[in-house]
Formats: sequence, C-alpha cells, structure tokens
Amino acid sequence: MSKLSIITKGFIKDNPTFVLVLGMCPTLATTTSAMNGLEMGLATLFVLVLSNMVISAIAPLVPDKVHIPVYIVVIATFVTVLQFIMQAYTPGAYQTLGLFIPLIVVNCIVLGRAEAFANKNGIVDSALDGIGIGLGFTASLTVIGIVREILGSGSIFGWKFISGDGILAFVMAPGAFLALGYLMVLFNKFVKKN
Amino acid sequence: MEYLIIIISAIFVNNILLAQFLGICPFLGVSNKLSTATGMSGAVCFVITLATVVTFLLNKYLLVPFGLEFLQTISFILVIAALVQMVEIVLKKISPSMYQALGIFLPLITTNCAVLGVAITVVTKEFTFGAESHMLNLAQAVVYALATSVGYAIAMILFAGLREHLAGNDVPKSFKGLPIALITVSIMAMAFLGFSGMV
Repeated sequence: MSKLSIITKGFIKDNPTFVLVLGMCPTLATTTSAMNGLEMGLATLFVLVLSNMVISAIAPLVPDKVHIPVYIVVIATFVTVLQFIMQAYTPGAYQTLGLFIPLIVVNCIVLGRAEAFANKNGIVDSALDGIGIGLGFTASLTVIGIVREILGSGSIFGWKFISGDGILAFVMAPGAFLALGYLMVLFNKFVKKN
Repeated sequence: MEYLIIIISAIFVNNILLAQFLGICPFLGVSNKLSTATGMSGAVCFVITLATVVTFLLNKYLLVPFGLEFLQTISFILVIAALVQMVEIVLKKISPSMYQALGIFLPLITTNCAVLGVAITVVTKEFTFGAESHMLNLAQAVVYALATSVGYAIAMILFAGLREHLAGNDVPKSFKGLPIALITVSIMAMAFLGFSGMV
C-alpha cells in the first residue's frame, strides 16, 4: 500500500463513522455544532497518531496474553497528556467536550487501529494510518456537526445566516440519531456504490 | 427525596443511552435479538454498579488525599478491566448458569464507555437537587449507578423489541441495517424527551 493511500483511505474506503461504524458515542454526543465536531475529531486524531506510533514500536516486546491491557495503558497515558494540554491551552473546548475527552480511552477506533494496523506495521506507516483514520473521523464529525448546526440553530461555524431559532430538536438528542441515520443513508446511496 | 430525584433523573430524564450517548456501540451491536439484549443489560447493570463502588472508594481514599486526580482516567480504566476479568473468573466458579448467560458479553464491557462514563461522572459532576447542588456520597453514587443501568436496560430491551419487528419489514436498500435503526432510536429519544423537566 502506498503512503498516500494509507492517508486517504480514512475518508471513504475505511471511514470510521460511516463504514466501520466505530466510536459512535462521541460522534453523536459532541456534534451539536460544526466547531465541537471538529475539536472532538482533532482530539481523537492526536491520541490516535501518538498511540499508534508507540504501540507499533513496542508491539514486538509485548507478550500476546497481556497485549490489550498494555495498549489501553498506552492510550490512557496519551489521553491524560491531552487532558493537560487542553486544560492549559483550550479550556473552552475542554469544558464543552467534557466527559468525552477522558472517554477517548474507550473509543473503539483507537484500540481498533492498534489491533488492526499498528501492531503489525512500522512506526511511519502507523503514524500515517493514525493521521488518515483520524482525519476521516474529523471530517465525518465536522460534516454531521455542520448539518446539525444548520438545521438546529441556523448557523455554520458560529456564523448565523438565518435569523430566529432553528429546529431545536437537532441540537438535542433525537436530532443526533436522526442526522446520523440520514447521512448514513446518503453515504450508502451515493458514495459506497463506487 | 434526593434518592428519588436521582432515580427518576437517571432512568428517564437523563437516560444514559438516549440522552447522554454513552454505551451506544454495544447498544447498536447486540440489540438484534431480545434475548441477547437482556443478557447484555444484565451484565452491564452488574459491572456498572460494582465498578462505581470501587472507583468511588479509590478516588476518595487514594487519589484525592494524595492530589493525584489527574490519574483518574488511567486508574479507572485499569480498575474496570481488572474487575471485569475478576467477575468473569468468579462467576465461572460459583454460578456456571449465570456465566453461560452473561459470559460472552463480559469481555466487551471493558470498552463500553457507559461504565467509565458513570465512574467519572459520579466523582467529577455536581448533582442538582432543587435549590442546592453537591457531590454524591457513596450511597447516592451506588443508587445513581443502579438507576443508570436500569435506564440502560429499559432503553436496550425496548429497542431490541422494536428491532425484531424491523427485521421483517421491507425497507429501501440504502436504509437497511443501521440507518433505519438509528432513525428508530431517534423517535425513541423524542419520546424520552417528554420526561425532561420532570426533575
């Protein structure tokens, strides 16, 4: 596989949200606006790239029986690092994303890539895989966020172009499921075919 | 009174699946059949309650006195993983029939974000009771964990019942599988929205 295709596969072929259907909790919970979706995606990208690199480096040394706990500790370490960084530099985003930052530890995408890719590939390839999947996740979250923000509050990235309120349900819980469901239908219909 | 508020709020108003979006992956994964959904809910109830007790005590008597709160994420997930492993071993020994029923779901629970989510919520979030708000004590935390998992079970079992009917219906090709399930969950979430404002 060429280096470029490792990066680009996360957008369509191995899209973590629409094809692999992993990491649904942050996808639904944090996409109330485009900005929140983008921030959550980037936070996951950070953890994914670093944990992929470290796991691919230590994988040959880890006994097979305890590999899952070891991987989880590596991931949890980077999540803790991320929590410190976000508290220091982006306290606003840390507040809005709240619980879902520590919950990156149990995001199946991160552990899934460690199992499926990082433990049998080199450090550079694993880093690229983390970037690719992370960017795919970020793109999906941003798209869902854009849709929900337009319908729910009539704005895009905070820039309001419809005066008055939107359809409030799209900012609340039911809208998350509805938006994701219909976007998945569109993805199946127009993208997956080719 | 505070206990009643915790119970109603955790089961209906802030339902862990339909309002807080925790534990969605197993919710969508094993809700195809009513029997597996019931088994998974049982296992989740058990582990959430047990994990909350252990992590609450760990946080109160070890992490807070030594100023190590930043280790919450990493220590909680280790505790949960160890606990799930232990529950599996104990259950296998003392109740083989229950192990048969819950066995296959137990390993999946380590990465169920509902467990870690509840454990972190009870030690970091202030709960509001009418005019005042404060952190939960141990008994309240246990009640919260139990009520949350009952809410999880209710949503899971209701949805599994709906989904069994869905399987026999003729839906357009691109709606098949997950998309139509998500749209169904959305309508369920709308129904649960009716409870908001109760407490």
